[in-house]
Amino acid sequence: MKHMGTARWLMIGILAVFLSACATLDDETRVEDRPDEGLTAEELAAIDEERERAAARAAEGRSSLEGEALDELLDDPDSPIGRRTLYFAFDSSDIREEDMDIIEAHARFLADHPDQRIILEGHTDERGAAEYNLALGERRAQAVKRALVLSGADEDQIRVISYGEEKPAELGSDEDAWAQNRRAELVYRDVF
Amino acid sequence: MRMRLAKALSMALALTLYPALGKTELVIEITGGAEAAVPIAVVPFGWSGDGSPPEDIGAIISNNLNRSGQFDLLPQEEFIERPTRREQISFGNWRALGVDHLVIGTVEQEGDRFRVSYQLLDVFAGSTLSGRRYSAGRDDLRTAAHVISDEVYEELLGRPGAFNTRIAYVAISDEDDGRRWRLVFADADGHYPESILTSREPIMSPAWSPDGRRLAYVSFEGRRSEIFIQEISTGERERVASFEGINSAPSWSPDGSRLALTLSRDGQADIHVLDIDSGETRRITEHWAIDTEAVWSPDGRHLLFTSDRAGGPQIYRVPARGGEVERLTYEGSYNASPTLSPDGEQLGMVHRGDRGYVIAVQNLDGSDFRILTQGPQDESPSFAPNGALVLYATRENGRAVLGTASLFGDRRQTMSTQGQRIREPAWSP
Repeated sequence: MKHMGTARWLMIGILAVFLSACATLDDETRVEDRPDEGLTAEELAAIDEERERAAARAAEGRSSLEGEALDELLDDPDSPIGRRTLYFAFDSSDIREEDMDIIEAHARFLADHPDQRIILEGHTDERGAAEYNLALGERRAQAVKRALVLSGADEDQIRVISYGEEKPAELGSDEDAWAQNRRAELVYRDVF
Repeated sequence: MRMRLAKALSMALALTLYPALGKTELVIEITGGAEAAVPIAVVPFGWSGDGSPPEDIGAIISNNLNRSGQFDLLPQEEFIERPTRREQISFGNWRALGVDHLVIGTVEQEGDRFRVSYQLLDVFAGSTLSGRRYSAGRDDLRTAAHVISDEVYEELLGRPGAFNTRIAYVAISDEDDGRRWRLVFADADGHYPESILTSREPIMSPAWSPDGRRLAYVSFEGRRSEIFIQEISTGERERVASFEGINSAPSWSPDGSRLALTLSRDGQADIHVLDIDSGETRRITEHWAIDTEAVWSPDGRHLLFTSDRAGGPQIYRVPARGGEVERLTYEGSYNASPTLSPDGEQLGMVHRGDRGYVIAVQNLDGSDFRILTQGPQDESPSFAPNGALVLYATRENGRAVLGTASLFGDRRQTMSTQGQRIREPAWSP
């Protein structure tokens, strides 16, 4: 949440700030904020708790998508989260220029649905040391995670898992298969 | 032979838990020549018993000696005679064929036991160098052949053989209801493969404990990499590392009390050492680059590992308690997967060169760098416990198979099983 540079984020931020108010407001703000100065600390805490619950209830149903609503978006290639695979050059974890719009679309979606969680899988081609590739796969997924966070997603929405060369998308041993396998995948289904 | 009971137990366990594993047929091919190899002939063993012998002991010994790359075996079609007892030998015949040594023997059935006897003879002196008699059950006949191979090897070369040892590897197969990863262990020549773990998610990096009784490995069964230790004879297993991020590349300390491993819980892949009993970890390297694939020096004082801190992956050394990092490889732009010979003097690795990815060896000080294999996709080197062979993963007609390469000459052997992709082999102590 350190990069709330866009107007979009400010709007979504209202809900997020409300949700985390108890944790982030300091005592000074709290006094200003509250007319009921005669209340005990216990009563104040109870009121805070009730506010938090109300906020959570209000957010329910729109802070994340589930079931058919999510499936529909995932299955539609033209939806903002329809494209979920990014490809990499050999031994590289640099995100390609043409993939930036995929990143931005997912970051926007995640920012709009703050309870949505995803897994970011990092993969490599089969060549070279398997353990080194496992670390390289993680580096790729971490690069995508950083880009998503810079574009507005929250760090806590994204979990990185590297599979290295262990789960190729294509089984062949040629340039085409290798290019298909050097990838990061954004996974929305069965997360956590 | 001690391992047999353990094998029988784990076999029973594997069958109970995972009935799907069928008998896999092993295909073995040997190529390449041998330099300064000992010329030897192994005569087919005589047989007395019902029907035909259950195992061809002579052929097992021949294959063992051949793939070591240190023997030059006279082909059977050049044999003039096939003695099975010493008094049947005409040493002059064998001298004329240029053979220095001869192995003869017999297998006699006695009920459900088999008596295996052999003699190793010096053709020029006309004398017996060694000879023994073993009694074995049907399932131990191959082991008897491996023990005899070890005795011949040691008698003639002055160092222990490693034929009666085991290997572990990962076998991947595509079945009707999805892909399966199996953790398999087998005899060093690839026979008697037994699966000790079957999973629908990847298994990686098996590593033998120094006593040969346990395997550490990486499993993704929890949808992420985690490290397990499994007792081979009982199947009992324990999850020992499951931190945020990568948990991988386990390697046992020589005293068996610690595991070196790769963790990325601090945001980057670094080498850590885990004390197995206490579960405490200690961070050994700290670098933004990838540090992984640590292995211990035989004296337990150093860890060798792969790092891309200089750009591409190269092999480095660090004191096992942490400290100054020293680069060991300079040949080419890609050297990874370090493996040390049992004496700690030779460093094996995956090297990328003109032929793609090959297995190479150099002295620890960087001298005498040489390439052992053909490429183009050779990986996961692992020394035999006597240092004479390197086991590795390779490709043959596009299939993932196991290979062994001799440190002496350019002899190579591949081992494959039908319908399985074989990866990440590790040779037992």
